[in-house]
Amino acid sequence: METLEEICFRIKTALPAARVEIIPNASPCGQRSLLLGREQGLAVATFLRDDPQLRLDYCSNVTGVDRLEPSLPQGFVQSPSSAGLKKEAGEGLGESGTGCLEAVYHLFSMAHKNGPVVLRLRTENRLAAVRLPSLTPVWRSCEFQEREIFDLFGIVFDGHPDLRRLLMWEGFQGFPMRRDYLVADDFECEPTPHGDVPKRMSPRQGCAEVIQKTATADPRV
Amino acid sequence: MSAILETPVRAFESVSGAGAGEMLELAIGPHHPSTHGVFRMDVVLDGERVRRLKPVFGYLHRNHEKIAEGQSYLSSMPYTDRLDYFCSLTNNWAYALTVEKLAGLQVPERAEYIRVITAELTRVQNHLCLIGFLLQDMGASGTPLMYAFREREKILDLFESLTGARMMCNYMRFGGCRVDLPTGWMEEAQQVVQGLTRFLDEFEALLTGNEILMARTMHIGVLSSAAAVNAGVTGPMLRASGVNYDVRKVDRYGVYDRFDFRIPLGDHGDTYDRYLIRVLEMRESLKILRVALRDLPEGPVMDPKARLRGFRPKAGEAYGRIEAPKGELGFHLISDGSPNPFRYRVRPPSLMNLTVLEEMCMGRMLADVVVILGSVDIVLGEVDR
Repeated sequence: METLEEICFRIKTALPAARVEIIPNASPCGQRSLLLGREQGLAVATFLRDDPQLRLDYCSNVTGVDRLEPSLPQGFVQSPSSAGLKKEAGEGLGESGTGCLEAVYHLFSMAHKNGPVVLRLRTENRLAAVRLPSLTPVWRSCEFQEREIFDLFGIVFDGHPDLRRLLMWEGFQGFPMRRDYLVADDFECEPTPHGDVPKRMSPRQGCAEVIQKTATADPRV
Repeated sequence: MSAILETPVRAFESVSGAGAGEMLELAIGPHHPSTHGVFRMDVVLDGERVRRLKPVFGYLHRNHEKIAEGQSYLSSMPYTDRLDYFCSLTNNWAYALTVEKLAGLQVPERAEYIRVITAELTRVQNHLCLIGFLLQDMGASGTPLMYAFREREKILDLFESLTGARMMCNYMRFGGCRVDLPTGWMEEAQQVVQGLTRFLDEFEALLTGNEILMARTMHIGVLSSAAAVNAGVTGPMLRASGVNYDVRKVDRYGVYDRFDFRIPLGDHGDTYDRYLIRVLEMRESLKILRVALRDLPEGPVMDPKARLRGFRPKAGEAYGRIEAPKGELGFHLISDGSPNPFRYRVRPPSLMNLTVLEEMCMGRMLADVVVILGSVDIVLGEVDR
């Protein structure tokens, strides 16, 4: 297996426009990674798969990572209902919303039986510019995993054939794996005219409107 | 059945088939015995032929990864049992292996052997059950499944006497195993392995040449090797398509380089090959088990330097993987130096293996879908996490 420096050099030779950077890893296993520019991500991935010396034909794993910087101030609360992309950007979380979202791809070669080569793609920020190129056209194994990342982190993969939520249900608001996501007390709570459940929930837990409605409709509350 | 038929299927745009009559949209699952749990397939049928199939996930989703990020590394170990609840010991191993990579821990030789023994026993019982369920799905009601369960019970008894639990074993630790083997365990295990060899002959005499089994599985659900590789299919399903890739041979983790075993490969990539590969894999596992039980060295089962409490690996990341019975089970951990993982990711083999379900089922009869899904070998605890 070539070293990461050699791979990096060959990518730059084949695709002069590509931005590639080696990210170190302090862990004893020493799996360093390549940070790719968003624009050339797909071209670099295709090169890595088709290059006869590398033949990275198997994308094993795709991990989504939320790199929130700096960490949230104490007592910061984001309600789940406001976590939709536009709303979030509109409301503005101030400086605490900076950082990026990241997708990490672990590539192996089934032909040469070696690996891993780790790729990273980073979004511009966490709020509005959350688009990355999808690598599903190169490795189909990314299909469900990118859908999962879209579902749980809110990264929008351009060029994905079927970008829908994978694990959460349709109509769900927010992205549960984000670091500033607030876990509600009971997600499946829906207001019913005869239910006592809503009044047990505090406004912090994202059911403020529910309580409001119940309060006006029911004099007992 | 009427309740199922009434379930609306929203994800489809209209399907146009040449000369087709009316298309029927049908949701198989989530509560259907053939889906092996709470899994749904939205299919579009032309008569009884499948024209489209979309898997729907998430009915068993509890955000395992988020929970693991909120607690210490060790606290997630019992939780990994619940991923693929048939194979808790291989889940434990994959997680322990990744943390050991992350923190640079060494595992004593005896513990490595015990890990191999428990993992191979897990593989045997998983494949036995899978074949039992597959036959059950085909309508061989009860008999093969109960034979398989009878043998699996002996393996679960071994797990119980070793770890205290039949299925949720929670046995491995970072840098070794929780306890040493109890007295008499080795002899018992040797007997079980001996019995399994004979049982497999019987089981194959019952099934492998069976005309109904062959008619229901041969040339059904064919998966080409190129499609399998690109879609990230792993495990017995990949090898049934003729791709020689087994993490035990490629990575040689643990002490797998000390055993002489072969990787069975299929020629056709059909459902019958997937059945047969599993039988052959069990035979290879028994071969490993016989040698491992013979050569088990003496010594400690825990790295004395490993710390269970106050465990804080240095900032960094690691991706570790093993050959679990269902395919490549990987963990990706990112540490920021705190007692909790910054990012904890599970790469579930069954989810990736389902990527190709639609291709395999396309144009087949509805009854074949059940058999093809059975041969994929999914566990929803792992698919949905």
